[in-house]
Amino acid sequence: MRNSKYPFIVGFLIVPVGLYALLVLWPYIQTFGYSFTNWSGESQKFDIIGFKNYTTLFSDDVFRKALWHNVLLLIFLPVITILLALFFAFLLNVGGRGGTGGVTGVRGSAFYRVVFFFPQVLSVAILAVLFEAVYRSDSAGLLNGVLVKLGLEDKNNPIEWLNDPNLVLWCILAILVWSGVGFYLVLFSAAMQSIPKDIYEAALLDGAGRGQTFFKVTMPLLWDSIQTAWVYLAIAAMDAFALVSSLTPGVAYGGGPDYHSEVLSTYLMRNFLYSGKSGYACAMGVVILFLTLILSIVTLRVTRRERIEF
Amino acid sequence: MGSEINRRNLVKRSAALGLVALPSAGLLSACASSGGDDNSSSNSSSATPTATSADNPLGVDPAKPLDVLIFKGGFGDDYAKRFEGLYSKKYPNAKVSHNATQNITGLLQPRLNGGTPPDVVDDSGNAQIKLDVLQKAGQLTDLTPLLDAPSLDDPSKKVRDTLMPGTVELGTIGGQFVTLQYVYTVFGLWYSNKLFKQHGWTAPKTWADFISLGGEIKKAGISPFAHQGKYPYYINVAIVDLAVKHGGIDWLTRLDNADETVWDDDAAKQAINAIYEIVSKNYLLPGTNGMTHIESQTAWNQYKAAFIPCGAWLENEQLKATPSDFEMTFMPMPSLPGDKLPFEAIRGGANEPFIVPKKAANVAGGLEFMRYMLSKSGATAFAQSANSLSVLKDGIGPDVQLRPGTKSTVTALTAAGTNVFNPTYLQAFSSLDVDMGNASSELMANRIKPDEWLKRTKAATVKAKKNA
Repeated sequence: MRNSKYPFIVGFLIVPVGLYALLVLWPYIQTFGYSFTNWSGESQKFDIIGFKNYTTLFSDDVFRKALWHNVLLLIFLPVITILLALFFAFLLNVGGRGGTGGVTGVRGSAFYRVVFFFPQVLSVAILAVLFEAVYRSDSAGLLNGVLVKLGLEDKNNPIEWLNDPNLVLWCILAILVWSGVGFYLVLFSAAMQSIPKDIYEAALLDGAGRGQTFFKVTMPLLWDSIQTAWVYLAIAAMDAFALVSSLTPGVAYGGGPDYHSEVLSTYLMRNFLYSGKSGYACAMGVVILFLTLILSIVTLRVTRRERIEF
Repeated sequence: MGSEINRRNLVKRSAALGLVALPSAGLLSACASSGGDDNSSSNSSSATPTATSADNPLGVDPAKPLDVLIFKGGFGDDYAKRFEGLYSKKYPNAKVSHNATQNITGLLQPRLNGGTPPDVVDDSGNAQIKLDVLQKAGQLTDLTPLLDAPSLDDPSKKVRDTLMPGTVELGTIGGQFVTLQYVYTVFGLWYSNKLFKQHGWTAPKTWADFISLGGEIKKAGISPFAHQGKYPYYINVAIVDLAVKHGGIDWLTRLDNADETVWDDDAAKQAINAIYEIVSKNYLLPGTNGMTHIESQTAWNQYKAAFIPCGAWLENEQLKATPSDFEMTFMPMPSLPGDKLPFEAIRGGANEPFIVPKKAANVAGGLEFMRYMLSKSGATAFAQSANSLSVLKDGIGPDVQLRPGTKSTVTALTAAGTNVFNPTYLQAFSSLDVDMGNASSELMANRIKPDEWLKRTKAATVKAKKNA
């Protein structure tokens, strides 16, 4: 029977692997193919033009700008989100200092957990509507309204959040962080709860404060989860399409003002659907694929550490 | 027990079958661009053609289903349902399917690539597929048979002779009449006549008057000017219209041919300096540069701003936000000193492009649907459901009540007479609009000056011509 084990396994795998090949791998391969053509995206006619799309890409100012914006997101999104999520998770699970001397979260932590997770439940479409109102460019917007009421801002000279070249990308980043923290908070909370309480109690007995407990006990024991979070957030930072395309100004798929919030995915979409340069857009897609791939590998490699068993 | 079916073997066998069958099916069906066959230019003739007759000049197969895809934007989609009703009345056996969306590209592109497009498409909105792109890809049916078919209202006339002037020219891309731009729109500035009467203001005819009136409006605590800052399309139109009125039709023809020297002309300089005056005099509604069209237009409806640039769809788009006594009124762009065209000259023309995809299953039905759109009953249905005019000349009887804004556009159109212009560069050079829009947003936010705008737009024109 030993030899017939493999056909049996294949029998079960064939459908999922087949679907994966059909719906994931095959489109990837097609994108590779199209990236060497001048396909307009609207018909079956195209010519093979070799590497021309790629050479054009590297001298394309807007592409470089978009890439830089993704790099900025890549640096700030994971760092800020993970730090905030860790901080909150720590407070919710072990940050409390109840009179009983046990290791607990801060008072009302169950309530906070729900509150923090809430943004995660909202779909991107709702986020876009919500933040359109938050960042609205006159005093009817939430932020501007508050600033005007507090007397920090002139009603006749409001901050045009999403139309300000220096602010727009950070506004988008803030939404990504706001909506992401809740999920990673729950992820880290779950990981923290699997850390034996004895370790914390021992640390407490040794007189460790909150800060020391956090950096010397919690962080090292959560490293696996942090690493996973990092990869997920890095991939999210390479995307950011939905928010940028729906919230920022510009003729098609946002990216404005004047490309100051352009990310690779919006530039790709504009070329693919609006300008009839689908072949060129496919070349961008291939570059993004490799960047994301390299990034994931590097992240996993760099953050590899010895695992602590407990 | 030898005859008992061995379950494990069965699983193994079906698995082996699947191993062979699945990937090859995938290879056959998944390729995004393998749907149709490029050599057959049109499917319409491949099926048994229905004979044409006086009653059926386009050779419609009365039983063939008709598939309609409508952009559901400022005009809604009720009007299209009424067109479909007209079609169904004539061809009760044809199943008419109606699809409406804001995202035309999302629904249309896969079907074009798959070789099974709808029969009639209203390819409009922010997510339209650009017509120059479609035409270059050979996806559009030549609509000339429609032009030469007899009109439904008067069979002695051809459809061609019942259209507003310019419709055929505007729908012609690459030498072929491939799009029916159905809605007749004028573009200019809008104001509330109620607000103006209340303050005793009169609509300005020259830019100098506009600027001095702006000062008075400001004193009354109202911002003189709002625009749809998130979408720079609107302010682009205002800039170009000022320039066209100054430089005349010659200037426009050069722009439509992507002649980059137009931006060195006095016309362009005066136009952009005039718009910049709004910025430098601080006439803008606070925050308008970051607003969507709905936000800014609604603020204007709330009397927070006096003027807003827009096309004639404004009234229908703002129907719910407009106070009942608002008296929405249209006016042409004010004149600059030395204008070649008179004050009454306006950008007017057809938009809302309807197309029949080349690979549609029912091309004749698509053309017939358009013939119904271009009948008096079609135009009336449109005026009633969408509060706008169509390209059918005198298409609306005197019994049809028009809203104040639409009525004011009719007046303006009559006053303009032959001084109606309509740029085509938007269709032919779509990248120019994107780049000009970026420059305009920067100018309106006072981050660049007019000289820089001219420089950038000139470079964008060169680029657009190169890519065309």
